[in-house]
Amino acid sequence: MLRFALLRILSAIPTLLLVIVLAFLMVHAAPGGPFDDERVLPPENARNIAAAYHLDESLPRQFGRYLSGLIRGDLGPSYHYRDHSVAELIGAALPLSLRLGLLSITLALLVGIAAGVFAAVNNNTATDRLVTGLAMIGISIPVFVVAPLLVLVFAVQLGWLPASWSGGDAGWRLLLPVVALALPQIAYVTRLTRTGMIDALSSDFVRTARAQGLGLLSIVRFHALKPALLPVVSYLGPAIAAVVTGAVIVETIFGIPGLGQLFVRGALNRDYTLVLGIVVFCAAVIILLNLLVDLLYGFLDPRIRQP
Amino acid sequence: MPGKPRSRWQTFAALIACLGIVSCSGGAPDTSATLERGLGAEPESLDYHKARSTEAGDVQRDLGEGLTGYTEDGDLVPRAASGWQISGEGRGFTFHLRPEARWSNGEPVTAEDFVYSFRRLVDPATASFYSQSVIDIENARAIIAGEKPVEELAVYANGEFELRIRLERPTPYFLALLTHPSMFPVHRKSLEQHGEQFARPGKLVTNGAYTLVAWELGSLVELERNQHYWDNASTAVDRVRHHVVNEPAVELNRYRAGELHITDNVPPEAFARLREERPAELRVVPYLDVYYYGFNLTKPPFRDNPDLRRALSMAIDRQALTGKVTGRGEAPAWSWVPPGVDNYDGWQFPYASLSQEERHREARRAFEKAGYGADNPLEIEIRYNTSDTHQRIALAIQSMWRNVLGVEATLVNEEFQVLLSNMRAKEVTQVFRSSWLGDYNDANTFLQVMLSDAPSNMTGYSNKDFDSLVAQAAEQSDPEDRRHFLEEAERLLLTDHPVIPIYFYVSKHLVSPRVRGWGDNVLDYHYSQHLSLSAE
Repeated sequence: MLRFALLRILSAIPTLLLVIVLAFLMVHAAPGGPFDDERVLPPENARNIAAAYHLDESLPRQFGRYLSGLIRGDLGPSYHYRDHSVAELIGAALPLSLRLGLLSITLALLVGIAAGVFAAVNNNTATDRLVTGLAMIGISIPVFVVAPLLVLVFAVQLGWLPASWSGGDAGWRLLLPVVALALPQIAYVTRLTRTGMIDALSSDFVRTARAQGLGLLSIVRFHALKPALLPVVSYLGPAIAAVVTGAVIVETIFGIPGLGQLFVRGALNRDYTLVLGIVVFCAAVIILLNLLVDLLYGFLDPRIRQP
Repeated sequence: MPGKPRSRWQTFAALIACLGIVSCSGGAPDTSATLERGLGAEPESLDYHKARSTEAGDVQRDLGEGLTGYTEDGDLVPRAASGWQISGEGRGFTFHLRPEARWSNGEPVTAEDFVYSFRRLVDPATASFYSQSVIDIENARAIIAGEKPVEELAVYANGEFELRIRLERPTPYFLALLTHPSMFPVHRKSLEQHGEQFARPGKLVTNGAYTLVAWELGSLVELERNQHYWDNASTAVDRVRHHVVNEPAVELNRYRAGELHITDNVPPEAFARLREERPAELRVVPYLDVYYYGFNLTKPPFRDNPDLRRALSMAIDRQALTGKVTGRGEAPAWSWVPPGVDNYDGWQFPYASLSQEERHREARRAFEKAGYGADNPLEIEIRYNTSDTHQRIALAIQSMWRNVLGVEATLVNEEFQVLLSNMRAKEVTQVFRSSWLGDYNDANTFLQVMLSDAPSNMTGYSNKDFDSLVAQAAEQSDPEDRRHFLEEAERLLLTDHPVIPIYFYVSKHLVSPRVRGWGDNVLDYHYSQHLSLSAE
């Protein structure tokens, strides 16, 4: 198992390198630069600033400089937020994004698995169709519609919850963003669980268990749940990566200073090092999560553990 | 409660509560309260020499203090300097610093501190955006270009509290320039000790009314009264928090929920309703910022065709644009320099006084004279950066040009940086949207943009007579003479129509009735030290 994990980590290095090269070329290819503004700098000032950030060097040299910093664990200074390093900016945004992402994934799993199992057990009844119908709606309504609606109803009309991240009671301010972010995930998890559970319930070992007189609850709990959740687990890796790093819209609507917002502002400001830093960081996270999912798969499905 | 105006009963209850506090505390303003201000975007830096955004400036004006400053109404007053003499036909300045002025660590603020800071500003290694604003100080230009050492800058300390500055030419707005945060002193010892990180909470030593206690990235900057500040007695609020709020709609919600006392902006979609609901809290004031459409004068059809440019300008119904499209109290622009600029009485387009119908007739005449008409229609592109407001204005102008002149304008929407690089390249642009925000309260900050060699001149406008008028103005030591040259330069500029000024921006804030001491001014500077909070 250890060897398997190590091999997977090593094989991730070329992938990561490719991501860095592509991201580096793309940010530099975008028109404009980090210090461009309607107020164009006189040539002497522009030269001084370019020199201070090594932007006057050739692209391969700049890339070499960036890579050697990266190997030493240095993501460089931000070009826009000139008092801060990229690592500091990511460090400030990450805990929030993690909390938001993990909470919404937890919520999605709790609600989604319960709803999925419920629908599968009541397969082909009106309840099943209601649950799958709701899940379909959850998938198809985009978050930029759902989130402002939640704000409008719960914050503005009812006044129960704060409208934004920085407002109101600290304990409650995450509730709306977590729900908004979790809704589509709940829908996916419900559908995956339902399909997995229907498959599991119709398999031979469940039929045997049933023949032995086991009740439906214990069958689901002890026999069917594990295999039914396999598709959910494989979906979990990309899902966590998506909610942690890609919550841009939810972060914007609720004014949460997380990674997604930082990335978008970095791109608009042409903050080369910030954009690159976040790309590298997210790529590493996604690779790591996929690895974790593979390991978890081995735990859930004994057949995979066999060499 | 968000989104709900207070009921009368609540207001009454608050009033009773107020009276209760007043009767025990003697009616003094609430100094223990925290002033909560909306800031807009995250300040990119609090280092005076590295920042450039208005947001950073708003925070920095609370932290530091230059030789001069402004009152709440925008009048120039001595701050770190108690007074000055001007000699040598406006080229020599001698500032007398306040011996009682202190840094936030209790050390005296000396002339040497200013010398050090001015040198750091022009030092090429600092890579400051704003070093060009002191370009008129002797040798500054050569130092920025790396041709002379920083020690050659003509800023000298004479004793502990006398500072002498020599300029290359008379610069009447020099005293106004000194209010800019890039001219604030930095504390040498802490800078040398902490290096690049000196502008951080716990490290930054300031000489203004407040000192930095916290900076939560993406969320807020928190300031606390500087106990050592020379004018500390007149600072009313102990604690100020500048909140980062990128979305005006979110900011409005927070204001309504009582989380903010002052907003940085007002969302356009809520403006009309707010004017009904909270007229007394809405502060809309002219601002030194012009919204304009520029022409690319280096290529046809606009090169060498002032009649065409004039026709397009006259065909724009600015009254309709500001009344129906922007609708937040903006003023139609009939000149390049905004009204309200000190010591200046600008010229306006002659067609400013006509009715819109008469302007349309004139526009059609000029359009024909330019060689266009039904048999030779004009097809052009309007480029603007992604924004709802810009899009709506472009749509309106597109239809005005079509209706009045039969011009077919295609709208091209580009991301800001893409538009900027296109504007600078002058290859594909024809008509583009831009704006110019004055750096200081003087006509020069607007006129110098249009000089042939000005880096921010995106039109390619080049008129030797205009350049020479602006240059001659710079040589005058008498303000009246100088003003005459600047006004003449603007007249020439407007006649040439390299740009269509469309409207002058307004600054827009919601200010809670609890806030006292708020003054309206064209610079939109609102120092926290002038504000106080009445008890709730």
